[in-house]
Amino acid sequence: MTGLFSEVFLSALLFGAVTAAIPLLLAGLGEQMSEKAGVLNIGIEGMMLAGAYLGFVGAFYSGSLWLGFLTGAAGGMAVALVMALLCVRIGLNQIVIGIALTLGLEGLTALLHHFQFSRSYPRLPAPNPTVIPTLADIPVIGPAFFKHHLIVYLAVALVVAMGYLYRRTQLGLNLQAAGDKPAALDVAGIDVIRTRTIAVLSTGALAGLGGAYLANVGAGLFIPFITNGAGFLGIVLAMLARGRPVWVLFGALLFGVCLSLTTAMQVAGINIPTDVIQMLPFLAVMMMLVLFGRRASLPAALGIPYERGAR
Amino acid sequence: MSIDTAPTASATALDASSGVAARRDILRRVLMTIGPILAALVIAGCILLAVGVDPLAYYGYVLEKGLFSPLGIQQTLTRMAPLLFLAAGLIVAFRAGMWNLGGDGQFLLGAVTAAASAPFFVGIMPAWLALFCAFVVATLVAMIWSLVPALLRAYQGVNEIITTLMMTFLGTSLANVLVKLVFRDPGTTVPQTRTLPVEDRLPRLFDTTITSGLLFGLAAIVIVHLVMTRTAFGLKLRIVGANPRAAVHAGLGVPGLTIGVFAISAGLAGLAGAVDIIGVQGNVRADWNPAYGLAVIPAVFLARMNGFAAIGFVFLLSVLSIGGESAARRLGVPNHFTLVLVSIVLIVLALAEYVDHRYNQSRKA
Repeated sequence: MTGLFSEVFLSALLFGAVTAAIPLLLAGLGEQMSEKAGVLNIGIEGMMLAGAYLGFVGAFYSGSLWLGFLTGAAGGMAVALVMALLCVRIGLNQIVIGIALTLGLEGLTALLHHFQFSRSYPRLPAPNPTVIPTLADIPVIGPAFFKHHLIVYLAVALVVAMGYLYRRTQLGLNLQAAGDKPAALDVAGIDVIRTRTIAVLSTGALAGLGGAYLANVGAGLFIPFITNGAGFLGIVLAMLARGRPVWVLFGALLFGVCLSLTTAMQVAGINIPTDVIQMLPFLAVMMMLVLFGRRASLPAALGIPYERGAR
Repeated sequence: MSIDTAPTASATALDASSGVAARRDILRRVLMTIGPILAALVIAGCILLAVGVDPLAYYGYVLEKGLFSPLGIQQTLTRMAPLLFLAAGLIVAFRAGMWNLGGDGQFLLGAVTAAASAPFFVGIMPAWLALFCAFVVATLVAMIWSLVPALLRAYQGVNEIITTLMMTFLGTSLANVLVKLVFRDPGTTVPQTRTLPVEDRLPRLFDTTITSGLLFGLAAIVIVHLVMTRTAFGLKLRIVGANPRAAVHAGLGVPGLTIGVFAISAGLAGLAGAVDIIGVQGNVRADWNPAYGLAVIPAVFLARMNGFAAIGFVFLLSVLSIGGESAARRLGVPNHFTLVLVSIVLIVLALAEYVDHRYNQSRKA
């Protein structure tokens, strides 16, 4: 038990938490954008799977992790394109299409994996971390937070960029209006369909990137159903965050710590079913909702000024 | 002027031949269902061709096993039982405008409760009463599980999509914890609950292997359909679904109805789990999660929350899943292709409905 809380263990735990949090963060940020624009994107799990598969294929055959991220984002975007055509342009039911896309990509990626990789289960080489000088030398925190692949820092920077996008740019306001009062946006002379399409396609790219990170950096290989509900967690995070990118980050880290704790306990050989720990983040969030439900519903009403700004 | 006269003219024509029109309407609906399914099969067939599998052989096996072989059709009908209960629960929730996406968690908790309580009850009372008690306990547990999202939605206005999704993650883990730690059968090495002896399970229908749960499932969905469309209670729920604010002004106790809807919906999902365990599986293995809910949700939407149409879609899902399992095994394809097939069928059906709707609109205009 003494080894359990050693410095090495703690920094490995936190390192794992960040690695587990990044796909959730990207999915959550993506979903947030769709929801802001008024599209409930249940197909995000499918977009992540497409990104994970194509991201792995891209990285495996080209040998470049970055090309893998690119193909992954493109894969997520391709699925999002279907979603945008069916749900935004011709207005089919978002839940039906979203679930159908998720089911279809679960099947399709598992099928392709079976014919391509199931005999060899190839792995990617471990990614080269970008070590941030000085900061990485801090004990515990340094190796946990400042020795990641470059894309991790970019993902965190994206949180700031998204916050800027929503608060300070015309596009951000348009997105908000497309979700709050599309008719008003239309009257203002801005194409609601186009705004929502942009949002859904961005969601696809972010979810695909998240999936590619999960496969290429997190696991180093693609296995069927690798996302294992990460997309649905993204939906939960986006809804809990109430339109604020920074809350998606906090939420993703909370879930990341719990996911990392599950692996750490398996390694340490502690005899509790991992399911117990998997329940922790959900329990925490449900408790928060039960205790602060009323208070948490306040920001929803505070969303109105955005609508006025769009007018 | 022509706009004014056209509807009356067509109305009289409709009166004269309403029987013919009704029949034509049903025929059109059947065509609008079968046509898209055939189209979906063609698209999915192209994917099969692309991975080097003969689509005709695949579909042949699907039909043979899922529909035409005596044993296969019995398995298909048995598979329908839990799906019908799930669909019934979703119809209540969706018609009342509550997006209960937590069906899988409620299903699993109902299943684990039934699996744990049935062997216990069988030991102390006659078999029929024991099964009845197991069903009641499973329903109650699922109902209680839905209480948190229901209360949050009813009194705090917290979005139920997010709470039910989270409760389904929680429920899946909790079901596993219960199987592994609390109700684990000490007699086996694999973590699973005590197995209910075959003679104590729900009786089979006549001389077949079809579970009698099918009849309960059919009864449940028909009753739900009639309650929702023919009774005052159903009307109240539909008003809440159509416009909660108007419902408040109409003097309806919306919070109470919300909790009621969640309880009924979750209770039926719990029953689905119990029927699957007590009728078919006999025990719950750790990490068992068939995730039926994910396939039933879009089917219920496509059925436009109509109970009878939902029976048809559930039958289609069952044929595809039972037949697909067999075809995949025989042709050496992973079973995952069934997911692709179901997905394409759902998307093409949704598209067909849209095209049909547009066609009707343009004809009226």
